[in-house]
Amino acid sequence: MIETRNFRILRNVVLTILSLWVAIPLYVVVSTSLKPLKDVAGLFQWIPREITASPYLDIWTTVPLAKYFQNSLIITVCATLCSVTVAVLAAYAIARLQFKGKRAFSLTVLSTQMFPGILFLLPLYLIFTQIRNLTGLQLQGSYLGLIITYMTFTLPFAIWMLSGYFASIPKELEEASMIDGTGRMGALIRVILPVAKPGIIAVAVYSFISAWGEVLFASVLTNETTKTLSLGLKAYASESDVFWNQLMAASVVVSLPVLIGFILVQKHLVAGLSSGAVK
Amino acid sequence: MSHSALDSSPAAAGSQPAIDPAPGETADKGQPSRKPRRSFLPYGLILPAAILEILIHIGPMLLGIWIAFISLTQLNLTNWLNAPFVGLQNFVNGLNPESTIGQAFFSTVGRTLGYTILVVGFSWILGMAGAVFLSSNFKGRAILRTFFLIPYALPAYVGTIAWAFMFNQRDGAVNQILVDTFHLFGDERPFWLLGQNSFGAMIVVNIWQLWPFAFLMLMAALQNVPTDVYEAAAIDGATLWQQFRTITLPMVRPANGVLLMVMSLWTFNQFNVPFVLFGASSPKEATLVSPLIYQNSFGSWNFGLGGAMSVLLLIALFIASVFYIRMVLPKGADND
Repeated sequence: MIETRNFRILRNVVLTILSLWVAIPLYVVVSTSLKPLKDVAGLFQWIPREITASPYLDIWTTVPLAKYFQNSLIITVCATLCSVTVAVLAAYAIARLQFKGKRAFSLTVLSTQMFPGILFLLPLYLIFTQIRNLTGLQLQGSYLGLIITYMTFTLPFAIWMLSGYFASIPKELEEASMIDGTGRMGALIRVILPVAKPGIIAVAVYSFISAWGEVLFASVLTNETTKTLSLGLKAYASESDVFWNQLMAASVVVSLPVLIGFILVQKHLVAGLSSGAVK
Repeated sequence: MSHSALDSSPAAAGSQPAIDPAPGETADKGQPSRKPRRSFLPYGLILPAAILEILIHIGPMLLGIWIAFISLTQLNLTNWLNAPFVGLQNFVNGLNPESTIGQAFFSTVGRTLGYTILVVGFSWILGMAGAVFLSSNFKGRAILRTFFLIPYALPAYVGTIAWAFMFNQRDGAVNQILVDTFHLFGDERPFWLLGQNSFGAMIVVNIWQLWPFAFLMLMAALQNVPTDVYEAAAIDGATLWQQFRTITLPMVRPANGVLLMVMSLWTFNQFNVPFVLFGASSPKEATLVSPLIYQNSFGSWNFGLGGAMSVLLLIALFIASVFYIRMVLPKGADND
């Protein structure tokens, strides 16, 4: 729009309100995470009376946060890597090759992406039970079980995002490479992958973020030793007490990896999401 | 690699080179008589994804439908293959509008629809406001853009925990602002996570997490609007509101279809926000569809009932996905 004076005034008002709306909860988290426990109960204090780093030290001993962190990291990284690897191949086929059944395959991927985890939770739980009965392989409460279930949402998303990316890369690049005798796969590896690297990283980060924040599958398919952060944070609240300051400190700590990743790839992520890969 | 440049070029892949839109001029282009060689490469490439799709989506979905027709409780859960087939019993028991469970189901669906409309509506308005005012150039624009996206990037449960703390106590930050600063409820300090209020609280939390997505998509859509259109309108004396209505709104219309659809689906299926805000069972005034299925299945161990509700949800989502695909696919199907 045109920057008239009215526009500028309105802009300042609206952007201030939106900033406050975003900032207040963030401020509450950070400020609470720096308060001693005695200042957290009772009326909320906007300006901390006393600032202490001790919640950040105590979070590691109150609950086994490091263990939860490790669980989340292993599960999320594996699910992301598997999804992205499998998706790169499939997305390339969708973006560049003609084959019978392509439409059916794309439609399946596209539609399964819309279905909520709740539809897959019980069936997967039963399948895992059956596998255990038959083979003794324990998938409930195992890393593998959660990695598989997390792929229910990371894989279709990665396929769609990446096929959008690949389709936007000029065909001439690969054609030139194939004339040089690299073949399809050679072109994919030597030309497409390097060119699409920002997109692939953005997709990986996005998959990581969604898996890192997952709650539903984790609530049913983890046990005490494989619990992820999304459930582990609950342990800061006991029957009698909630260690709000530690809970907030832990929230900051678990958010940092994804926030940093997000900010680093933000530009590519935005480009990818908005180039129609919301699909 | 056995696939040469020739047999996998666009001309060889499409059976009719004459209408092939690819501009690349390769030697084999002008030979329509050459039969395209059947290539297994595409199938090799999609094979891992296809196997996984069957394992994690198709198989479980079919099994989920089967569950709706058997009597599955915690007693025969580990031996579910032998659970008795009960036909439509689960549907009859659970979805009878005369029964308590049925009434709960139908009111939950209604509530979830209302919830979806409110959350998506407000998220869209906030996202639009952010997008319109951040599409003009000024100092600090890039920082603000990243800042607005933080609620979306944050793990969903962290944002919800933050709000739970603000809503939680009678003397939390929300009541601080509403009661102490704006004196809205007189001397009363409402409880926000109980009873009727919990529905509103949950909406606020969800909007906070969702609006950046609308902001992101609408901002991308607005980037395609050339500035001179606005300039021309301003010269003709159009007010800001008129510019918004006649230029901005129509420009984002194509993006809106997909955006609203996706946001509605996410919101309708919302599980994280109520689960973190209220725990495994929400207040009855704030129960949504996904948490209800969860409660039936893993709370009261009535898996058949949960299954029946899942099947209905599946049907509803299937219908929605047909619309969704119609909206989305024309863009991705250029080489189909």
